[in-house]
Amino acid sequence: MISRYLFENGLSPRILALVAVILAAAIILPALNLALPESHPLHVPTYMISLIGKYLTYALLALSLDLVWGFCGILSLGHGAFFALGGYAMGMYLMRQIGPRGVYGNPLLPDFMVFLNWKELPWYWSGFDQFWFAALMIVAVPGALAFVFGWFAFRSRVTGVYLSIITQAMTFALMLAFFRNDMGFGGNNGLTDFKDILGFDIQADTTRAGLLAASAVALALGVIVTARITGSSFGKLLIAVRDAESRTRFLGYRPEMVKLFAFTTSAVMAGVAGALYVPQVGIINPGEFAPANSIEVVVWTAIGGRGTIIGPIVGALLVNAGKSWFTGALPELWLFALGGLFVLVTLFLPKGIVGTLQEIAASASERRKARKADAEAVDGEQASPVGAE
Amino acid sequence: MTNRADTILYLDGVSVAFDGFKAINNLSLVLKKGEMRAIIGPNGAGKTTMMDIVTGKTRPDDGSVYFDGTVDLTTHDEAEIAILGIGRKFQKPTVFESLTVEDNLALALSGSRRVFDKLFRKAGTEKDRRIREILETIRLTHRRDWLAARLSHGQKQWLEIGMLLGQDPKLLLVDEPVAGMTDAETEETARLLREISASHSVIVVEHDMHFVRELGVKVTCLHEGSVLSEGSLDHVSSDPRVVEVYLGR
Ligand SMILES: Nc1ncnc2c1ncn2[C@@H]1O[C@H](COP(=O)(O)OP(=O)(O)OP(=O)(O)O)[C@@H](O)[C@H]1O
Ligand SMILES: [Mg+2]
Repeated sequence: MISRYLFENGLSPRILALVAVILAAAIILPALNLALPESHPLHVPTYMISLIGKYLTYALLALSLDLVWGFCGILSLGHGAFFALGGYAMGMYLMRQIGPRGVYGNPLLPDFMVFLNWKELPWYWSGFDQFWFAALMIVAVPGALAFVFGWFAFRSRVTGVYLSIITQAMTFALMLAFFRNDMGFGGNNGLTDFKDILGFDIQADTTRAGLLAASAVALALGVIVTARITGSSFGKLLIAVRDAESRTRFLGYRPEMVKLFAFTTSAVMAGVAGALYVPQVGIINPGEFAPANSIEVVVWTAIGGRGTIIGPIVGALLVNAGKSWFTGALPELWLFALGGLFVLVTLFLPKGIVGTLQEIAASASERRKARKADAEAVDGEQASPVGAE
Repeated sequence: MTNRADTILYLDGVSVAFDGFKAINNLSLVLKKGEMRAIIGPNGAGKTTMMDIVTGKTRPDDGSVYFDGTVDLTTHDEAEIAILGIGRKFQKPTVFESLTVEDNLALALSGSRRVFDKLFRKAGTEKDRRIREILETIRLTHRRDWLAARLSHGQKQWLEIGMLLGQDPKLLLVDEPVAGMTDAETEETARLLREISASHSVIVVEHDMHFVRELGVKVTCLHEGSVLSEGSLDHVSSDPRVVEVYLGR
């Protein structure tokens, strides 16, 4: 009864532990970087801080994909688009923070606009000098795109492979658009050469540590939001739509609305992840919209375990740590390694690493329960009239 | 024909074609309020398609379909029709495999279908009482916490009937409820459906003649998308046209 209460009205102990671990990382890693001298064996170098911070934003991106794919069965092959849009919104804010410190010294126009001989700031760049406005756009733009896209796709009952293909087409189209110079987003080169964020020097160790902490907090919030959604009775409905969409219709539900809510929420999470990613890597360019990026997110999620909350986080962290190591040691083999890993996991661990571990744990506790039930059943079997099991 | 006002379901001159093939051909069928009807017919007779039309999955090319005497079903979609009060059990049992038996029933229970209510509202004790009642009726009390995927085929059929009960519709459409059941389960199912029919209108599609006899209700035999014969089971099964359709295969 008590565990049931916790699960329905609060967060499960497992989720609370996960949130605690993430928040601990938000405190301990910056402390190990800032408080310890470089000679200390436990000192974490700044490049590592930014690397881990970047991984945490990937983890949030994977978690957002899992909300729609793992829990609702929508395989989005375009989630990188929402991530990149959040990233561009942050990038625009960071560009405008440069002010007159650019190469051309124009107080209003970013360098690339001066270079293109533009005379005034395009209307859609106004407001981005304010952080609050940029923060609003970071959630509003990906959310609005997902809402409009989902509105048309889900209502016209596009599902399965067809839906995956159009999500991929969406990110591809955005990539082509953002490559164009006349779009006003820096074209090929994207947005870069950032100087500071909220008045802090973007290169400073303290800022880097702060960005890691912010990424960890965002991930923790993502975990809490996802756990609350999936743990509510709406979460049951999400799973019902995943298992048998048309059945939910004949029960009087509107699966398109369920999917639209999940898709939009997920896009907002991805946008926040992208916004935290950009200041840590120092650049955003149209390459972030590349279809291959979105597919990689699917691979992380599958490897970690979709339909679980811990899985995509573990998957994103493990695969990217592997990628960093591989691209250092054997760069030309990385894509083969990733592809091979994906095939192996799909064949042998269809539920991913975390999903498989949870299954093992569940069947162990099931067996324990069954043994206990057997012991009690000696008192007298209760016959089941339907019989045959 | 019959006065439409007394009917729960009224199909008149309904036709639907798939790529030129007439799956339903000028079908007229009337179900009185509170009636239970068994529908038989060889494979491909159009039984499932008839249910698709009633539940809004397939739009008829022609003809009229009325529910409860006045509601034109051809102008509503699946979710609206479900909320109007028509529940359906599919030929292939369709339950939510990765949810527990209890959660399957909870989703079916009549109540708000709005996304935001689902996010923030808690299940009440009334809901819990109804779930226990239904579990009792469908003999799955001891399987309440099982994932539906673990149920036997017959149990899934029962769970789906339980979900129908949870919806508490005015009209139940039950497509081949005893396929894959043992004889004992089949008899139980007939008993259960008779019980349900005391307070609901029901259409049951079934091939199993023994089961249809157990139901003891009026029978309609469909063939090539229209009614071939209608009446008591003895009347229908001795109708030479019916015999020919079944033997001629
Ligand atoms: N969506 C569809 N597209 C094309 N043909 C269809 C479609 N649905 C049904 N049919 C065809 O319509 C005919 C009637 O099918 P239906 O499923 O209604 O038969 P049935 O009486 O339920 O048969 P069974 O006893 O095998 O379940 C069949 O020939 C079937 O192939
Ligand atoms: Mg059929």
